[in-house]
Amino acid sequence: MNSPMQTQPWIGQSVERLEDPPLVAGRGAYAGDINFPHQLHMRIARSGHAHGRIVSIDASLARALPGVFAVWTAEDVAEVPPVDFREGSIPALDPYRQPVLAKGYVRYVGDPIAAVFASDPYVAEDAADLIAVEIEELPPLLDARAAPGEFAPGHSTEAALIRQGYGDVDAAFRTAAHIVEVELAIGRHSGVPLETRGAIGRYDASRGILELHGAAKVPHRNQELLARMLRLPPSSIHVHESHVGGGFGIRGELYPEDVLVCVAAKKFNRPVKWIEDRREHLIAANHSRQQLHKIRAAVDKDGVILAIDDVYFHDQGAYVRTHAARVVHMTAGILPGPYRVPAYRATGHFRLTNKTPAATYRAPGRYETTFVRERLVDAIAQNLSIDRIEIRRRNCIGPTEMPYPRPLEALGEEIHYDSGDYIGLLDKLFAKIGWNELNAAVKARKAKGEPVGIGIEMFVEKSGLGPIDGVKISIDTSGFVEVVTGGASIGQGFETVMAQVAADALGVDYRRCRVIHGQTDRIPFGIGAHASRATVMTASATHIAALKLRAKALDMAAQLLQTTPDALDIADGEVVRKDGKPGPSISLGKIAQNLAPTSQLLGEREPGLSAEGWFRTEHQVYPYGSHVAVVRVDRETGGVIIERYCIAYDIGRAINPALVHGQIVGGFAQGLGGALLEEFTYSERGDPLAVTFADYLLPALRETPRPEVLLREDYTSPLNPLGIKGAGESGITAVGATIASAIDDAIGIPGAVRELPVTPQRLKQILDRRAPR
Amino acid sequence: MKPAAFRYHAPKTVDEAVATLAEVAAEDGRVLAGGQSLVPTMAFRLAKPAHLVDINGVEALKRLTVADGRLVIGACVRHAAFHRPVCPGPLGKLLSDVVRHIAHHPIRNRGTFCGSLAHADPASEWCLVLTALDGEVLAKSARGERVIAARDFFKGIMTTALRDDELLVEARLPILAADMRCGFYEFNRRAGDFALAAALACYRVASGTIAEARVALGGVEVSPRRIAEAERALFGAEPGDKAFRAAAETAMAAVDPMEDAITSADYRRDLVLAVTRRALERASV
Repeated sequence: MNSPMQTQPWIGQSVERLEDPPLVAGRGAYAGDINFPHQLHMRIARSGHAHGRIVSIDASLARALPGVFAVWTAEDVAEVPPVDFREGSIPALDPYRQPVLAKGYVRYVGDPIAAVFASDPYVAEDAADLIAVEIEELPPLLDARAAPGEFAPGHSTEAALIRQGYGDVDAAFRTAAHIVEVELAIGRHSGVPLETRGAIGRYDASRGILELHGAAKVPHRNQELLARMLRLPPSSIHVHESHVGGGFGIRGELYPEDVLVCVAAKKFNRPVKWIEDRREHLIAANHSRQQLHKIRAAVDKDGVILAIDDVYFHDQGAYVRTHAARVVHMTAGILPGPYRVPAYRATGHFRLTNKTPAATYRAPGRYETTFVRERLVDAIAQNLSIDRIEIRRRNCIGPTEMPYPRPLEALGEEIHYDSGDYIGLLDKLFAKIGWNELNAAVKARKAKGEPVGIGIEMFVEKSGLGPIDGVKISIDTSGFVEVVTGGASIGQGFETVMAQVAADALGVDYRRCRVIHGQTDRIPFGIGAHASRATVMTASATHIAALKLRAKALDMAAQLLQTTPDALDIADGEVVRKDGKPGPSISLGKIAQNLAPTSQLLGEREPGLSAEGWFRTEHQVYPYGSHVAVVRVDRETGGVIIERYCIAYDIGRAINPALVHGQIVGGFAQGLGGALLEEFTYSERGDPLAVTFADYLLPALRETPRPEVLLREDYTSPLNPLGIKGAGESGITAVGATIASAIDDAIGIPGAVRELPVTPQRLKQILDRRAPR
Repeated sequence: MKPAAFRYHAPKTVDEAVATLAEVAAEDGRVLAGGQSLVPTMAFRLAKPAHLVDINGVEALKRLTVADGRLVIGACVRHAAFHRPVCPGPLGKLLSDVVRHIAHHPIRNRGTFCGSLAHADPASEWCLVLTALDGEVLAKSARGERVIAARDFFKGIMTTALRDDELLVEARLPILAADMRCGFYEFNRRAGDFALAAALACYRVASGTIAEARVALGGVEVSPRRIAEAERALFGAEPGDKAFRAAAETAMAAVDPMEDAITSADYRRDLVLAVTRRALERASV
């Protein structure tokens, strides 16, 4: 990819990843690779019932098995509170939190009932099988659309009613020329990282420090959460991020198992290791997405949207986990997307069911609402006989209307589109793919009876969740740079990107930078890697810290070189004259030596060639894009073949275009899974039916065409110093919507697809019911 | 996903293997060949055999030969052995076509033909082949040996006529006549998955009409089965879209499809039409 001749500017170059050498050489340290002497292995015994009262638990046979150290049930962890919300107590939702071991009731198949601690994982699993649990079955609630029941005395299974909106919606509907109404469902699926979850708890009695290893994503937030739950000083808990085989929002949250290894490690004064198996992962790690929307739009005679009214049902599963009501709330805030919507009302029913608890998965709320909104806009176009592109041109927010605030919230911040030209990007995509030619070719094939169709959808992403990130950079006496961030890496190329940003400001080779992330003992604050925030927030803080460090280096160099700082530049780690004329120079390593605490030249300066930078923001940034799909339908089987897929995305500024491209392509593959393949299905009794990779169908190489990507940097964000917008979720957001639209077009039935995933069986039913044979 | 404890046996000869099996059969002793189904089942603890009799060290079971007009496939012959035609004529070509639908390369490098027969998944491609071509298997135990015809071998979902102490020593397929036309088609949600429905069709043409036909379906009913009604519909007909469609519609009416929480019987029946017609179409090219 890159040549050894590459030099700065590093920003904008597709340089090789700093992370890769250990990973491709088999020297990575994933959770499974982390071991400590005398560790115990934990195994969780889980509920086989979707809903029931625990009558008795008999662990005597398990405890008697040689090699078993202890078996815990709820009584043994009575002092441990349920897993808390990331943001702290929310009184209305607190009763719905998950206990670390089921207390009195089981609420989904997979609910942890007991924890076995044994000398090896085989014995632990043998022992877990010997635990006899008597459950009095209760009727399971499996459909969030059904009437709510009782979660606990005085607490309905409707945990909250979410409301967001503005304007006079009812008036708009009273006077509108047309009302268009659709009902749409998104299936239950989730991120499925190749590396299952893992947690290793270790208590260092000599220092009084409790360590948690294994999870990446939000180590500092997990540290705070654990400190609250275990009533320990936060500084007595160290959370360490390791290498990670995928995150996608679900891996790295604090789960019951993470808490259990910590509590056990401290209590037993022995390290405790837990590695999740795949079956457990598919029933115990966060699910996501499942929503049903009943949405209607009031439009005028020209197809201009006057108001949208959405009532939706969010299937949360059995408990409310660390994210609290984040997804259901953001759903309401983010739904209007790229369109002007003068009046808006969203009412979300946040409901518990007897299924695996749900939370965030890559593009939470956006995958769902992009499907719903774009299906609605397609329906408006159809009902009013207006071309589907024309309807979008009439309703899209234009570049002159930016910045565009909207009195709605996502993740606790008011939505405030920062910059962009949605239709302009769509036209650029059309030019790239030859839109007119494509339509003509598809039309010709249709005329010959081929069920082939085109889907086109638009979306606005949100990224760069604040409010603040801090970075500490230091240069050692050899000139090597260390960037200590409160950010986190879930494998996305975090180290490389931060190194590129630091290297440009410092005038060094990016390969001379080490980037630290996810280590709570190295920096006391961090918000982690989620919500497409890392490059926006942590890179901005890195840039600021690096500029401060640069100033400090030049100040010292000016004294040493007997000139002024503004006459100097740094190139390849060497401070030189800016005007390019020959003259004395000095390396950053030498400057660090002269800034040592013992240096006689230090003067009044703070010792050390180091600096700290903070970046604060009030609003997220809103990148945007469009997806186009060409699909062919197999009328006899209901199968769908994706012939072509194109993604246009304006990222503002790409620090490393190859990594952005990778994010988009990977996201697309996951979006495809949710559109056609992946679904957590349940029997009528609440038994999960997709508990292996034979039943939970991830798209593989042969199901995943290589998407064409149009990456633009037309509208930088005014909200951060480098103009960055986030990249992590753009590839996935519109895939469900776009494939649905392409299928409609292929089979000639507008609005046919109302439910994701579009399985062959569902599509065959649509074809048989409604299509002329 | 750690298997329960078991005792491991590694016989070197067939006699040793059946002798060991005779000893351990009563204690849920199981034969380990490629392990591509058994090992995951043990990892999930859906199976907890007390003994595993690993036949991978038995040289005699690795043989793959043509003798007396039959292709003889030993118990340790891997799927991957069929990537290239193992014998001249339509049979070798058919097997090399079918094998590409079995899971993925790493699995084909380890899993065995006979292991698939003994496992008897309703959607197994090899079970369908054995049924369609009226092959047979040789079963051996300490008590002696017997030959079991395909139609008597499959007894339902993952159930066969094999007794607990019997080792499936080899499978035998008839060498097909040079003018036999064969076609295979399966429909699954992803490449390499077990089929939701699969069809294997073979026919010969004499004087412009179909003189002999075999149509078998897999993944539809609890065991693969030849569909006599569809075969009769083809007999005497001119090969082509009309005859193929008629045969496929006949097959559709003749099957009693499985149903589960995900896939309805009606949908499987719909697929029968598609896979039967397409298998016949592929045979015709």
